[in-house]
Amino acid sequence: MEDDAPVIYGLEFQARALTAQTAETDAIRFLVGTQSLKFDNQIHIIDFDDENNIINKNVLLHQAGEIWHIGASPADKAVLTTCYNKTSDSRVVSCAAVWRMPCDWETGSNDSPDNSAHNPQTLELLCHLDDSPHGNAACVLWEPMGDGKRVISLADNHALLWDLHESSTQAKVSSTATLEGKGQLKFTSGKWSPHHNCSQLATANDTAIRGWDLRTMSQIYCIENAHGQLVRDLDFNPNRQYYLSSCGDDCKVKFWDVRNVQEPVKTLEEHSHWVWSVRYNHSHDQLVLTASSDSRLILSNMVSISSEPFGHLVDDEELSDGEDNHQEDKSKEPLKDSVVSTYEEHEDSVYAAEWSSADPWLFASLSYDGRLVINRVPRALKYHILL
Amino acid sequence: MDAEAVVSEDSCPDRKRRVHGMLKLYYGLNEEGKAEEEEQSLDPCDINGPHFDPEHFLNKLRRECSLAELMDQETCMVKQIRSLDSDMQTLVYENYNKFISATDTIRKMKNDFKKMEDEMDCLSANMSAITDFSARISGTLQDQHAQITSTPGVHTLLRKLQFLFELPARLNKCLEMQAYAQAVRSHRLARCVLQQYSHLPSFKGIQDDCHAIMDKLALELRQKFRDGGSSAKDLSECVELLLQLDEPAEELCDKFLSHARSRLESDLQGLEAEIRPYPSASAVKDASVRGLSSPASTGSPAASSPKASAIFSPSSNTDILEFIDRGCNEFVSSLCLVITSYQELFVSHAQTGELASKNIPQMANAKLHAFVDDLAARYFSLVERRIQEEKGVGDNSLLVRALDRFHRRLQAVTKLLPGSSVPSKGTEIVIRAATERVKQYLAALQSFYMDSLTDVRQALATPRLSVASASVGGGGGAFWERWSEQPARAGSPSLSASILNQIKSVLASVHLFTAKDITFSNQPYFKGEFCSQGVRESLVVSFIKFICQSSRQFCESSGDKGGSTPPALLLLLSRLCLDYETSTISYILTLTDEQFLVQHHSPVTPVTTLCTEAREAAQKLLNHYVKVQGLIISQMLRKSVETRDWVNTIEPRNVRAVMKRVVEDTTSIDVQVGLLYEEGVRKAHSSDSSKRTFSVYSSSRQQVRYAASYTPSVPMDTNLLSNIHKLFSERIDIFSSVEFNKVSVMTGIIKISLKTFLECVRLRTFGRYGLQQIQVDCHYLQMYLWRFVSDENLVHFLLDEIVGSSAHRCLDPAPMEQSVIEVICERG
Repeated sequence: MEDDAPVIYGLEFQARALTAQTAETDAIRFLVGTQSLKFDNQIHIIDFDDENNIINKNVLLHQAGEIWHIGASPADKAVLTTCYNKTSDSRVVSCAAVWRMPCDWETGSNDSPDNSAHNPQTLELLCHLDDSPHGNAACVLWEPMGDGKRVISLADNHALLWDLHESSTQAKVSSTATLEGKGQLKFTSGKWSPHHNCSQLATANDTAIRGWDLRTMSQIYCIENAHGQLVRDLDFNPNRQYYLSSCGDDCKVKFWDVRNVQEPVKTLEEHSHWVWSVRYNHSHDQLVLTASSDSRLILSNMVSISSEPFGHLVDDEELSDGEDNHQEDKSKEPLKDSVVSTYEEHEDSVYAAEWSSADPWLFASLSYDGRLVINRVPRALKYHILL
Repeated sequence: MDAEAVVSEDSCPDRKRRVHGMLKLYYGLNEEGKAEEEEQSLDPCDINGPHFDPEHFLNKLRRECSLAELMDQETCMVKQIRSLDSDMQTLVYENYNKFISATDTIRKMKNDFKKMEDEMDCLSANMSAITDFSARISGTLQDQHAQITSTPGVHTLLRKLQFLFELPARLNKCLEMQAYAQAVRSHRLARCVLQQYSHLPSFKGIQDDCHAIMDKLALELRQKFRDGGSSAKDLSECVELLLQLDEPAEELCDKFLSHARSRLESDLQGLEAEIRPYPSASAVKDASVRGLSSPASTGSPAASSPKASAIFSPSSNTDILEFIDRGCNEFVSSLCLVITSYQELFVSHAQTGELASKNIPQMANAKLHAFVDDLAARYFSLVERRIQEEKGVGDNSLLVRALDRFHRRLQAVTKLLPGSSVPSKGTEIVIRAATERVKQYLAALQSFYMDSLTDVRQALATPRLSVASASVGGGGGAFWERWSEQPARAGSPSLSASILNQIKSVLASVHLFTAKDITFSNQPYFKGEFCSQGVRESLVVSFIKFICQSSRQFCESSGDKGGSTPPALLLLLSRLCLDYETSTISYILTLTDEQFLVQHHSPVTPVTTLCTEAREAAQKLLNHYVKVQGLIISQMLRKSVETRDWVNTIEPRNVRAVMKRVVEDTTSIDVQVGLLYEEGVRKAHSSDSSKRTFSVYSSSRQQVRYAASYTPSVPMDTNLLSNIHKLFSERIDIFSSVEFNKVSVMTGIIKISLKTFLECVRLRTFGRYGLQQIQVDCHYLQMYLWRFVSDENLVHFLLDEIVGSSAHRCLDPAPMEQSVIEVICERG
């Protein structure tokens, strides 16, 4: 079973922000935000044609500033949020805003692909998520599987829960939580839990991971020194409500059970530099994707702490004769956590990796030099999980 | 001639001659044969020969001789013939005389015999008369003789009867005089008779009396036996007598043993009392009692050093040797005594006597075994309790001597009681004590190791504080260097040496267990298993494993903060482990094998396994050291990048202090590592690896890249160059494993630091002067860091990346003139 070669797409600018278009479940589509201080920044809409292995891109201008974080609405394909840096009067300010893509971006680009680069359309600003006393925005999180009416922004040491009104043209802070403590505390990253009726949030600041109850906006757990160095990213297991993964500058990826925060359930030490992103597969939570500044992307198969620890139960009759023995052997093998694959297509630090929202076997990764690589889960593993 | 002799009755000389001739005849010789016999000649001319031929002789003479000779011959012949004739006459005469005298004698005899016959007749008549008389006398004396012979028998019978009749009185008397032995002997003599004639009333009476008396006697004996105050000899006498009195042997055995038990138990209680931690007053009393009761033990070394004992085992009042001594002298020797006397009484004595038939020896032996086992078990439990109290590992010789004594004394029991399990149990105790001891030594070694680590830590920590304060003051370099030199140089060898010494001393201590003069060292356990499993595996190998284990724990437990273990300690331990891998482990194991002559019956851990383990530990420690040091420097760089407002910074006039600090730290790390690790291989420096390289690097490559980034035309080209560069350069693993040399370690640390710098720079936005400051800083780092790494291109590349990234992140990228940068750096 030969795996398809990775598909590589190069951006003109450096880039850090990557997201899948969450509301889109048919087409494989990723959004990339660029970082450039000198030119107008762009949002690249990357469409991947799975059958022909072809990438179609569309570019939208994001003139407000360089994009540090991007988030797609779970409800409306056209709506997205960005966190961007704005330079004014030799000051750099981080802002967050909700945008809408122009409705005809698709048609326009398809008509004249050559023009798209030269004459791109511009994003339509819906509203600013600005609350200047609360400082610089680090990231904006959509309510998972929600109706696209609620977002959380993390700014310095505040977590702000926004309600979007009037088809997202107005945003109002409904509640806030503040991280108290010595020194200048700053949220670096966060994740909105899809469990518990979306009432929980996990944030990272320095080496600690904190859980918040959004109903009371109070802290519910705290993993002090979750990582030896800065915690860079976290993600919730989509199927196991208490399981959480995190990564950081100690080159480690850790898996936590938030009911017992003393010790991680599992630790991976595969990367040789800081790990910037960790992502569970949305459907098969044993598949974990990690991106690191050692220019590598690693796909791990964490069977032992997944929601299917014993693998998929297989009926013999369902199997074809040819595969019979092979499959039987596989199902008898004790399932072990393992690194499935290490992807080395990047030349620079990989700051972001995302699973596609449409195809659970497909993922994209973005390195600082603007290279986007689309890869698939190896077929052998895919069939092993499915069958 | 015979005829002549018969005819002529000759005289004596003739007879002689005749006898002579008869002898000749007897030998088959004639008178004529005389010459022949003498000369053995067949010569017919020999006149004396048997084959003499006169004719021949004459012819010969005539032929050979002259006349004169013939004449002479003739006269000679005549002379001879004449002398022969006269001889013959003399003989005949002699014979005749003899014959005559013989005839006379025979005639005389004839007369004498006739007379004698008459006398003989007379004698026989007389003899028959005597016989008659004699018969008559014996007939009359017959009756009286019978009477005389029966009288002595009666006499002895009467004496026996008298003895019997007197017996009760006699016994009584004996009883009064306490001459029990005599009484018993007397009674034994009479017993059978009395038994036989007990149907007769008189004898019955006597018997009853005797019985009564003997019962009383037995009672008294038993009383005496029971009282127990008597000496062993008395006691054995008692038992002997009682046995003779047909007392049941079993009961006696029991009594004897129970009696002995009470005495032995008092010994045991004495021992037990010593185990309990008594206040000192009772200890003194104890000691005085002991002094009185066993003067023999005063000469022992244990008794002479009671003060020393207090040091080693503060929990009890006497040291172990003293304790064991006491146990041996009191308990074991009494036990041996009991066994000896018991065996004499019930086993060997009984075997010879009539008691043997009753299976008494077997019964007695069984009882004895049970008794000995029981008491010995209690003794052993006491000894074990005492040994367990022996926790201090200061002086092993005391314990070994005590165990040796213990074991030696038990051998006496073996000799006395061949089938007993006591000695083997004693050996087990010794073995247990030895294994326990080995465990204690392991624990002691481990704690020693941890202690010395703590010492090293303290040595590292104290000067470091001063360094911290000094470096705040600004001139910490000298301090820094002294710190790194002092403990590192002194630390590693002294640590390693002191650990090795400790191991050696422990081995020496343990070696006492197998010394030749120690009795139990001949046991197969001490020859084999103790050496291989006990000492080698569970002491030496375990300790080495422990070192590796604890070293690895430093890497893990020191946590991700990296602050809990001083990095210098990590480095030191790594060197230690590496030394262990290269030489120390094999040295220690060889030493052990030599000292203990280990014969490996069971599989033992091979040297290579340990070496691998040590190497892994060393590698892990060194990696961790690199990581920790890298993180410390990273942290400085990160803070310096994150906390600054790079957009609104002023024009750079100096290298930032943090860069100087980074270089200083790197230098001191270099010194530190250099003390412990070899230089290692580095790629050959290009001839212009110092400033000229940098100027080239900065002015040419860097300028090209800036130029690219300024060109407003095509944004695509922005980082084309850097991408192409990356395509052709090797991927750099930042946190990767390092080799055991200085260059590799330094490369690792610098890689980590610069990569952090790069990542931090990418997260910031720079103004014009911010970029220039980064340029200055990078140039400064370039000036100093290239010499530490194996491949200077690595530093170039990373610094390039940093400057490049900051140029990208710059709002107004106007790089500083290279010459200005150089001036600033040189001034700094």
